Amino acid sequence: MTTEVHIGARFTATLLRVLIPVTLALVVGGLILLALGKDPLGYYGYVLERSLLRWGGAQETLTRMAPLLLIAAGLIVAFRAGIWNLGGDGQFLLAAVASAALAPVLGGILPRGPTLVVCMLVGGLVGTLWSLLPALLKARYGVNEIITTLMMSFLGTSLANVLIKLVLRDLNTTVPQTRSLAVDDRLPRLFGTTIHCGLLLAILAVILVHLMMTRTAFGLRLQILGANRAAAVHAGLRVERLTIAVFAISAGLIGLAGAVEVLGVWGTVRADWNPALGLLVVPLVFLARFNGYAVIGFTLFFSALMVGGESAARRVGVPQHYVLVLVALLLLFLALVEYLDQSRRKSVAN
Amino acid sequence: MTIEATQAGRGAVVALRHVTKHFPGIVALDRVSLDFHPGEIHVLLGENGAGKSTLVSLLAGMQRPDEGEILVRGNPTVIDSPRRSMDLGIGTVFQRVLLVPSLTVIENLMLGGSWLRLLARAAARSRFDELSALLGTRIDADAPVSGLSLGEQQQVEIMRALWRDEKLLLLDEPTSMLTPQGVADLGRMMRRLKEKGVALILITHKLLEAFEFGDRISVLRLGRLAGEIEPQRLQAMSESQRTETVIHMMFGAGGDATPLQGHEQELAILLGRKLRRASAVDHRKPAALVVQDLATAPDFAETPLHEVSFEVWPGEVLGIAGVDGNGQKHLAEVLAGQRPVRHGRIDLTGLDITRGHVPERRQRGIRYVTDDRLGEGTVGTFSVATNLVLKEIGAPPYWWHGISDWTLIHRNAREQILRNDIRTPSELTPVGKLSGGNVQKVLLARELDAEASVAVLNKPTYGLDLHNQRLALDRIVAAAARGIAVIVISTDLDELLEISDRIGVMFQGRLRGIVGNDDAAADQIRRLMTGAAAA
Repeated sequence: MTTEVHIGARFTATLLRVLIPVTLALVVGGLILLALGKDPLGYYGYVLERSLLRWGGAQETLTRMAPLLLIAAGLIVAFRAGIWNLGGDGQFLLAAVASAALAPVLGGILPRGPTLVVCMLVGGLVGTLWSLLPALLKARYGVNEIITTLMMSFLGTSLANVLIKLVLRDLNTTVPQTRSLAVDDRLPRLFGTTIHCGLLLAILAVILVHLMMTRTAFGLRLQILGANRAAAVHAGLRVERLTIAVFAISAGLIGLAGAVEVLGVWGTVRADWNPALGLLVVPLVFLARFNGYAVIGFTLFFSALMVGGESAARRVGVPQHYVLVLVALLLLFLALVEYLDQSRRKSVAN
Repeated sequence: MTIEATQAGRGAVVALRHVTKHFPGIVALDRVSLDFHPGEIHVLLGENGAGKSTLVSLLAGMQRPDEGEILVRGNPTVIDSPRRSMDLGIGTVFQRVLLVPSLTVIENLMLGGSWLRLLARAAARSRFDELSALLGTRIDADAPVSGLSLGEQQQVEIMRALWRDEKLLLLDEPTSMLTPQGVADLGRMMRRLKEKGVALILITHKLLEAFEFGDRISVLRLGRLAGEIEPQRLQAMSESQRTETVIHMMFGAGGDATPLQGHEQELAILLGRKLRRASAVDHRKPAALVVQDLATAPDFAETPLHEVSFEVWPGEVLGIAGVDGNGQKHLAEVLAGQRPVRHGRIDLTGLDITRGHVPERRQRGIRYVTDDRLGEGTVGTFSVATNLVLKEIGAPPYWWHGISDWTLIHRNAREQILRNDIRTPSELTPVGKLSGGNVQKVLLARELDAEASVAVLNKPTYGLDLHNQRLALDRIVAAAARGIAVIVISTDLDELLEISDRIGVMFQGRLRGIVGNDDAAADQIRRLMTGAAAA
């Protein structure tokens, strides 16, 4: 067996392992719609048309990808290192609030470019800070980070709300929100589209993270930490430091996602705003098996579903969150195909 | 043989009939027929890879034969799960202790019960007393398992195996981790069970044990039944006749002239005989490693070190004997830099390295081959290539400013695979898929490299078959001959007597004494192992 054939076969197998579940999810999702007395083809048609075929929709889809990709990058670092940072929502939201509050103030002193850069850095830093406590607890005492990050996430979203209402509120609006950043002061758009340059940043981040994990000593150390902690100790890795570094990078990237979303799209944060993207991205990262390139594809798919799903749901008359049903089905079928593939290989081996 | 087996099949509790089991690329068992009779200790001898483990897993219900059948009391029976195996009265004691350390003895024994029923303590207690009487053991039912010695834990394992019913007891290499006293206790227990009419299967690769305990000896070789010695014949034979017969079966020699040629070393392990080796100690040089008054902090369920002092010279093999769990793990880890020093001092050729961590010590030539090969020595899901450089991450030439040179890492792995005869489909194969012997070759290749000056090896032959034990010992001796100061920690006294220049004995975290490896060494060591003061 030559290497090329081997790689070709593996690529086909990987593609099938993705395409089969996607098809199954769409078919079963369609059957559910049918059972509800709705038109599945109509629904999918609308989704496709609204999110990808129309230029406006496509732009929206791509814009929607930016925060998802940055969060995915953050989660890939953590998950590959065996650290389950599920506190993305708190990290995201606090970073968003911090950069939203800072940008209009800073904009009065600094030019647009430096303002945006500083705000993004602050966003990343705030995300990192919010993961510090779980990081230290994990590194020093081995406290389960799933619990601590989730708890910090609840605290973070509440704190963001309180900060807007009590401290950072723009008194000129009736709804509690931060001071709005003028559209011209937001992240620059790409080539006359409505897509902001945060998308490029996000794609770059995902690719860099992927390369870091697969091509560098640091990435390999993190992977060892994730695969076998005892081996990491045995090999002399500084487990405590690495653990803290993972939290810092992961939460920093998620914080950056919050900053980019605010600086690129909304320009302000309302007290009741919480897109809860942190947990939405978790299944995507699993679908992509922590692979940076694959996650770009899944994010596009999900983003399109989100953008198209909203209006399609309205037109077909199903709940707006029907998209989540599709994602759930996708996860289910992915796991199923994986399981069948494993047991088939086992029986072949026997 | 087939005819014999069929005839004898009548009285057997459990019998195998032409059982065949394939695994990818190998025939683990090839038309094997065996009978296990009540009131008889049936010894299965054979190297690892001869099919013993497969046989265990078939009887324990973890695997099913591809061909042939298993008869239970004469009826063809499908054993499709461990639970079914236990229901049929087949109890298995595996090589590793499979008890929950934090639970008490009686709780561990009750674990297998139906989960629909409430925990029936009174019934469990009476069964426990019954088995204690049967086995002649005196274990406290309410003691936590973590506080028991390995021998006692094994007794609990035997109780669990007999918990449901006492028809057939299968013991897989039960003596490998026991002290001489523990082996004697086990022997007494087996005889009691035999008198009660239990059929026992004793799996071992030690000839002397086979002769001491066995009523009937069957030899497996490359998945086939290479021969069987019936009780009457066995009794009629002299010791040397038995040895000769069994060795003919094991190594398949033609029966004439020199059947043992080329197998002297395997035989040495088999018979517990000692082979001398020429010492390579260089006392003109300063000691490679000086340990003074070393102590470690206690850790959960582990024995810490107290006042451990010794020296090792370049080219010397210092054996560390002792019953498992007497501080050996801490000693290995503290030398490797994996565990902090609480008190005392470690010098490496005159340089104080007491505070150094793993990377610093490794850079100065200290190497550590752990006994937990898959648990911490390697990352099972990572490739052989990655595992070969696991302790070099970030260092040139495989990393250049932190960027991995995978081409070089893979080329290095291919060279190492050739040089060390590591049997793997490729350098990209996950190391967890290799056999134990080959995983150990990966570790030895990684640790006994050209830059090593002090090597600590914890149980380097544990769980390996004779051939791989031999290879590992050879590599260790060769490393010493290159001038490396070698510390070998082992619970197998025979192998220590074979390769060591001096042997130290650990007892309750202390080094009870170091004896020169002369003819009186074995007796002295055995005395020290029980905690007696140095003579």
